[in-house]
Amino acid sequence: MSLVSRRFGRRRSATTDDRLPPGQYDTGDLFPVLSAGPTPRTPLAGWDLVVRGEVAAPQTWTWEEFRELPRESVSVDIHCVTKWSKFGTRWEGVSVDTLLADAGVEGSYVVAFCDGGYTTNLPLDDVTDGRAWVVDTYDGQPLAPEHGGPARLLVPHLYFWKSAKWVRGLSVRPRNEPGFWETFGYHDRGDPWREQRYSGD
Amino acid sequence: MARAAVQRRLTWLRARLTDNLPASTRVRRLVFDVDGWPGHLPGQHVDVRLTAEDGYTAQRSYSIASPPEDPRLHLLVEDLPGGEVSPYLTEEMQAGDDLELRGPIGGYFVWSAAADAATPAERRRPVQLVAGGAGVSPFLAMLDHARRAGDPTPVRLLYSARTADDVLGGDLLGPGATVTLTRGAPPDWTGPTGRVDGALLQEHAFPPDARPRVFVCGPTVFVETVATTLVDLGHPPSAIRLERFGGIGDPA
Repeated sequence: MSLVSRRFGRRRSATTDDRLPPGQYDTGDLFPVLSAGPTPRTPLAGWDLVVRGEVAAPQTWTWEEFRELPRESVSVDIHCVTKWSKFGTRWEGVSVDTLLADAGVEGSYVVAFCDGGYTTNLPLDDVTDGRAWVVDTYDGQPLAPEHGGPARLLVPHLYFWKSAKWVRGLSVRPRNEPGFWETFGYHDRGDPWREQRYSGD
Repeated sequence: MARAAVQRRLTWLRARLTDNLPASTRVRRLVFDVDGWPGHLPGQHVDVRLTAEDGYTAQRSYSIASPPEDPRLHLLVEDLPGGEVSPYLTEEMQAGDDLELRGPIGGYFVWSAAADAATPAERRRPVQLVAGGAGVSPFLAMLDHARRAGDPTPVRLLYSARTADDVLGGDLLGPGATVTLTRGAPPDWTGPTGRVDGALLQEHAFPPDARPRVFVCGPTVFVETVATTLVDLGHPPSAIRLERFGGIGDPA
């Protein structure tokens, strides 16, 4: 039972409440930026995307090869653990299903790894079956570096720290291994509708 | 990367406001007694939860502005016009009122004397803090902690505030602190003015060859700009840790 604060009340529109997970607010047109370290600047000539780990056939794409893969457009709501949500964000990129299709996946978890050293862990089920993408385009424009460009993971049904910026690959793992924020007490899975912000939630 | 995190369940705790004090023209210092507070490291934050009579709840994160040595928890809250939570905290809450919070949260943007204790003083990497506005909050916890612990790690702060009336921290800003004012300075101001840029960092912050551990906290654009400038000056990205804050009205 929560403590009730007299004189405190909702100040925002309730029209989007059915799309707003518990404890979140609608950030509207803003798109806040969050990262633990400086924004990496990797030249596209030196960029590649890798699928490795517990796979029969590791995969690598150069930027040009990645851009040739079948692309999808998605419009999704996103939810950051710092409490903001943003509705109807438009992205373009490659489904993780496509990236894993020829790899022969043999594990049940993935760790996304990134320029700058960031990692985040996900069950395979959360990034397959049309639930996750590696995106390079936001709102019709190349993804800005501060938002994760040239490419980031997009896993919109989980808190946004799972949508790793500056992603360079997926490592398929036999078991769950905590990533960067997960090591610092953030929830292993991060489902915003179950408000899984921190370990134990 | 250290993998020493404590996977402890964060439960909501009842916090009683003991003081609601002006900290600057636009920021209030809220002081809480928290039942069962487990302690924290300088740099960590808390989540605050407010619940309305109709059951509506809102949560926000605030950096802890007090050191672990202080049994009470201090939060510096900027009154953001049009905000949902901050006006309640700064204007409505009075001593004796309760709210719920949980924490401490975050284990990356932290510095403490205990973590440095195993390293001889002369081999310690210095600590460089760079703050924009109310982003100085976690650094006040670090500075107060360093002072109380008598810690020999060299610490410097470069702190950007709008005007002299906006400067937070009082006497915690010792000789290792440089304040720059971005929106006009009083006639007797002897410190720098203008935004934190490469020149200010070169003049008032530890240089890359001193191998400082750098912490940057402030509004999102400030943090992005300063981090990029630090990398351009030659600081390795792995030495730079960032914390951003900003209400809904903050430019992103």
